[in-house]
Amino acid sequence: MSVINIEHTETTPKVIFNKETGVFIIEGKTLPENVNQFYEPLLDWLTDYINNPNNETILNLKLEYINTASSKAIFSIFLKLEKLIEKGKKAKIIWYYADDDEDMMDVGEEYADVIKVPFEHIEFESED
Amino acid sequence: MKPKFIDFVFDLFTHLRKNNVKLIYEGEISHDIIKAFTALTENDLKAKNEANPTQKKVFNIMVECLQNISKHAVSIDEITPKNGRGILLITETDKNYHITTGNLIKAEHTDIIKTNIDNVNKLNKTELRELFKKKLSSGRISDKGGAGLGFIDIRRKSSNKLEYNFSKINDDKFFYILNTVIEKL
Repeated sequence: MSVINIEHTETTPKVIFNKETGVFIIEGKTLPENVNQFYEPLLDWLTDYINNPNNETILNLKLEYINTASSKAIFSIFLKLEKLIEKGKKAKIIWYYADDDEDMMDVGEEYADVIKVPFEHIEFESED
Repeated sequence: MKPKFIDFVFDLFTHLRKNNVKLIYEGEISHDIIKAFTALTENDLKAKNEANPTQKKVFNIMVECLQNISKHAVSIDEITPKNGRGILLITETDKNYHITTGNLIKAEHTDIIKTNIDNVNKLNKTELRELFKKKLSSGRISDKGGAGLGFIDIRRKSSNKLEYNFSKINDDKFFYILNTVIEKL
């Protein structure tokens, strides 16, 4: 299966989806001009992945900024992971947030409340 | 130069200084403009050693407000149909940052904006959180990319109730101003 490997920009995150190595990362800022244009290929990739997934999928998110349109798209990604669990596979979301970023911590908790995938919340030390 | 024009420029300068305007822009709100202004403001706040949460709130609210304009503003006349035009002001006081945007909207959209803002203004922290979760997990992204979450997010990150005003231009159009206050930490 193909590998998704997108470098971050000022308004879009770095994304790695690699079935072979089991690395799934979304990291950086997400406030794209056209949310659907950025996230649709990722969702399509995940739709394919679900047909033949690894036994365990761990998605790591380390977001610096998230606009509201992106938060909806990220929700759609999480729904794909829910499908894995429905299929009897293991899935987990690891939500990283800076220790001085209460808003991002809250976003993680809110996702955990509405998504039926185990969440792990990890605080890291802010670089600034 | 005509004396009137010289007066205009000097008055503008004086007014901007008097009102502590850090940034002012009138024109098309494109994606590049949004990137430039948020980067500029981010650097400015960093240089002034504003607390990280303050920086992030200002950045986030700017993005939401400007993306609203780029998606929903309408043109002043039909002869020059330029969408996504508006005005942006960032002002600073001892205790707060103010983010103010103004743009033209269709008359028929005033009610929905008013209802949405009034609604988020009367909710408390917990209620806003619940509404956010509800909106997040229901409905699709609209064709303009809006997710119906914008005002909830702006309200949650601001320190005061959202202030707004609609000035009638003609039967079809209103000038809509949104003012958000972010307390310095």
